[in-house]
Amino acid sequence: MDQHLLSIVLFAPLAGFVVLLLIPGSQKNLIKLWANFVGFAGFLVSLPLVTRFDKSASGFQMVERADWIPSIGAKYMIGIDGISLLLIMLTTLVGFLAILSSWNAINERVKEYYAMFLLLQTGMIGVFVSLDFFLFYVFWELVLVPMYFIIGVWGGPRKLYAAIKFFLYTLAGSVLMLLGILTLYFQYHQQFGTYTFEIADLMKLDMPLGMQQWVFWAFFLGFAIKVPMFPFHTWLPDAHVEAPTAGSVILASVLLKMGTYGFIRFSLPLLPKASVDQTIVQILAVLSIVGIIYGALVCLMQQDWKKLVAYSSVSHLGFCTLGIFALNPNGIAGSVIQQINHGISTGMLFLIIGVIYERRHTREISEYGGLAHVMPTYAVVFAIAMLSSAGLPLLNGFVGEFTILQGAFEANRIWAAFAVTGVILGAAYLLWLYQRTMLGQVTNGRNLHLPDMSLREVAIFLPLIAWAIWIGVYPKPYFDVLEKPVQQIVERVRPGYYQGGVKADAGTRRHGDAATMLAGAGQ
Amino acid sequence: MSQFYTTTDHFVLIPAIMLALFGCAILLFDFLVFPNPKQRKWLLIFVVLGLGFTGYGLLRQQAFLTANGLTELTAFQGALTIDRFALFFNWVFELATLIVAIVSYNYLEIEGEHHGEYYALMLFAQCGMFFLAAGTDLVTLFIGLELMAICFYVMVGFLRGDKRSNEAAMKYLLLGAFSSGFLVYGFSIMYGLAGSTQLAKVAAAISARDAWDPVVFLAMATTAVGLLFKISAAPFHMWAPDAYEGAPTTITAYLSVASKAASFAFLLRIFYLGPLASARASWEPLLAVVAVLTMTVGNLAAISQSNIKRLLAYSSISHAGYMLLGLIAGNETGIQGIEVYVLVYAFMNLGAFLVVIAMRRKNIIGEDLDDMAGLMYKSPGYAILMLIFLLSLAGIPPTAGFLGKYYIFLSLIETHHYVLAVIGTLYVAVAIYYYFRVVKIMFVGELAEKAPLATSFGLRVALGITGVLTLGIGVYPEPVLRLAQSSFLK
Repeated sequence: MDQHLLSIVLFAPLAGFVVLLLIPGSQKNLIKLWANFVGFAGFLVSLPLVTRFDKSASGFQMVERADWIPSIGAKYMIGIDGISLLLIMLTTLVGFLAILSSWNAINERVKEYYAMFLLLQTGMIGVFVSLDFFLFYVFWELVLVPMYFIIGVWGGPRKLYAAIKFFLYTLAGSVLMLLGILTLYFQYHQQFGTYTFEIADLMKLDMPLGMQQWVFWAFFLGFAIKVPMFPFHTWLPDAHVEAPTAGSVILASVLLKMGTYGFIRFSLPLLPKASVDQTIVQILAVLSIVGIIYGALVCLMQQDWKKLVAYSSVSHLGFCTLGIFALNPNGIAGSVIQQINHGISTGMLFLIIGVIYERRHTREISEYGGLAHVMPTYAVVFAIAMLSSAGLPLLNGFVGEFTILQGAFEANRIWAAFAVTGVILGAAYLLWLYQRTMLGQVTNGRNLHLPDMSLREVAIFLPLIAWAIWIGVYPKPYFDVLEKPVQQIVERVRPGYYQGGVKADAGTRRHGDAATMLAGAGQ
Repeated sequence: MSQFYTTTDHFVLIPAIMLALFGCAILLFDFLVFPNPKQRKWLLIFVVLGLGFTGYGLLRQQAFLTANGLTELTAFQGALTIDRFALFFNWVFELATLIVAIVSYNYLEIEGEHHGEYYALMLFAQCGMFFLAAGTDLVTLFIGLELMAICFYVMVGFLRGDKRSNEAAMKYLLLGAFSSGFLVYGFSIMYGLAGSTQLAKVAAAISARDAWDPVVFLAMATTAVGLLFKISAAPFHMWAPDAYEGAPTTITAYLSVASKAASFAFLLRIFYLGPLASARASWEPLLAVVAVLTMTVGNLAAISQSNIKRLLAYSSISHAGYMLLGLIAGNETGIQGIEVYVLVYAFMNLGAFLVVIAMRRKNIIGEDLDDMAGLMYKSPGYAILMLIFLLSLAGIPPTAGFLGKYYIFLSLIETHHYVLAVIGTLYVAVAIYYYFRVVKIMFVGELAEKAPLATSFGLRVALGITGVLTLGIGVYPEPVLRLAQSSFLK
């Protein structure tokens, strides 16, 4: 049992999915109960991961390895480090909350809906635990189909367009990524005479810079479309606006992180030469900064509540990729934390839209105003979510953005200067959104008698709010968990960084500054 | 002078003899013993028996090869060769014939054209395929091809009362005969070069010459035209959509799977294992252009189809393009890739057609995309299976179809055909678009008509087998990969 904890976490939703298929479709309540139970159980079984995790150990933990397709050298190999641990916890928690939030929202084709969610859950966890590239690719693609259906069947008016756009964009990127994977696989066979997809093995490859660059761009297309980085972001607003609430939550909180995770787990360690290549780093950083500012500016223009939050994802994910390509400990650790933060904050923002949409069936910002008078609890929850997204100190967003900016500053001061404007713009569009919807007098008569949030709805937000405050006030455990894996990655792309062999691009700050400062501030 | 008909000859020929014997038996029994339509199920039993004996023959050959550590068994002074390559393809034919035969029974009843010849023609066609996979002599191969093709001409036009079926058969016959002319012209040049019809001798004669030698080039080009027609590669694909649409759906399935597999076996015998292997320099660029053209035509034309059989026809054209890429790469991985592709394609494509066959009911043609609207809410099992088949056709893991594409792409990377690899992968995204048009209609569309699907015990069994294998091979492909690896030659 113990050795297979990770497999249990991975396949629990799939087992729930199989059982769900056996329940007759007419038993709607039973289906809902079962799906919620599986979601909750999935979260519970993932909790021991936290307690068993040894943050002082480097390398992967709880590794399970079995032959799968010996003919081509593909293995069933899973394991976690600090980065995947955080993302898995995010997945199991948000996955459960997304299922919980659908209780009243989805009343048609209920069985298929929850089946898709459970399948999706296994796919997402699989992406974060795979240590074999073939296995990773299978999970990566597995995620597409349920998400297509969630958007395409239960979505808004333009759901079919949005769903196929999502599918085609991400698929086009991932098949090109497959070519990159196969190139590595073939190169390994050339150099070592055996076939393997194991990440640890592939890291032994010695490839010339030119080839690494090609593979890097192949990976880039796969990951950047998923993130999505500017200019590949156009599928995202469509998908978010049309998806049902829970779909948006999962999409924003977890699915996008598959892209950033891919950069950290695969692009950097497997292609160290290409990853520090100045041209590539510059392009990636510029695209990230453009994403940050462009996303924020577009947010200021939005009339649609959900579209605004969707574009804010483009902006926030820009921070995450900028942090990664700062290529220093602060940047990468900050990026991972910001990924978690974005999962929490944006997940909450989408849930908040879902709450009001269930009541009014419109997302036009101009339809609202003064809701704080009618729905006080709602206004408080929204305020917390909004402030956490905007990066208010003592809430989670601040920790991530601050650390990323510190990393960016260390890498290149100009990047940091541009990125900071994103923080300011972020506060602007979020506060303005809050002002237009929540504050002032109730201008629309139809909003006068809206019921406030129910207990179930509040219960959905409580864990996320608690988590947001925890990260905001006491982020030290998170930095601790990330220290070893981040150290390994930095050591891999910039050998000798910790010995001071490589002079930091600008400034002489060292790893841990941000972490200790923030932790100190919290205590 | 060697003996005319040795025991080895007999041993090698047994599968073909069995197919021909049982085919003749069906013709006779249908005419003499079972004049009553109610006794027709005996014909089906004859088919299964015939396939059983054929399979037994193949098994014995396989066991003989293994027991004696042989790679091949040659008969008729080198006209036929049983090797693992031939056996592999013959198993694919067996499977395709079996599955198509058991679902044909109910289908032909509904079409009102249930005649014994149908089953006999299937067995004769498979007999032709046997020679295509095992033949190592130009004449043997050509006769095998014609035997298979003539049976198909008749089967495509089997719905005598249906105009489309007649038109399809006529088109297929005319264009098929034309392409056979090209092929036999190429063969005649090869014979002229070598003074022999045996592939080994032709190969020796051609390898003595330069790849760009005009005579060799002429032989290669004309042979290629004939073969590309058979695998429905662009620009020789014109017959396929019409023939696929007009033919009885069971025959469409059979045509798209078995005939294509046999033609690929033939193609590999000529271009990879046989005479033209040494002329690679001249045909590789040519086939590369053809492959890209085939994928382009197949994938782009499929987008706008509103008839599901035509859509699958164009998709089948594009799959021929992918398989050709394996030949262009031309290394071990590429040829294994073609074999794996042929096998998984047999399951997934048959599966997709089985669902289309179930759509054909009394008085409902059920070939329009719109006829599938809301299928999920009428027959969820069929809709989900169709989803799996379509995902597999597109090559999305964890389905079997991904494996075929995986091998093809890997072989292209290994041989540095990066541009072809990128084109091939991007067409996967295009393919998803039209496959998901079907999915969209099945899962999101409103239920159009409530008449239940035409199911039969045979159909459900066939769907079960193809569905389980399509998903099963995707999740645990090891046995299939072993099989493909062990059948690899050279």
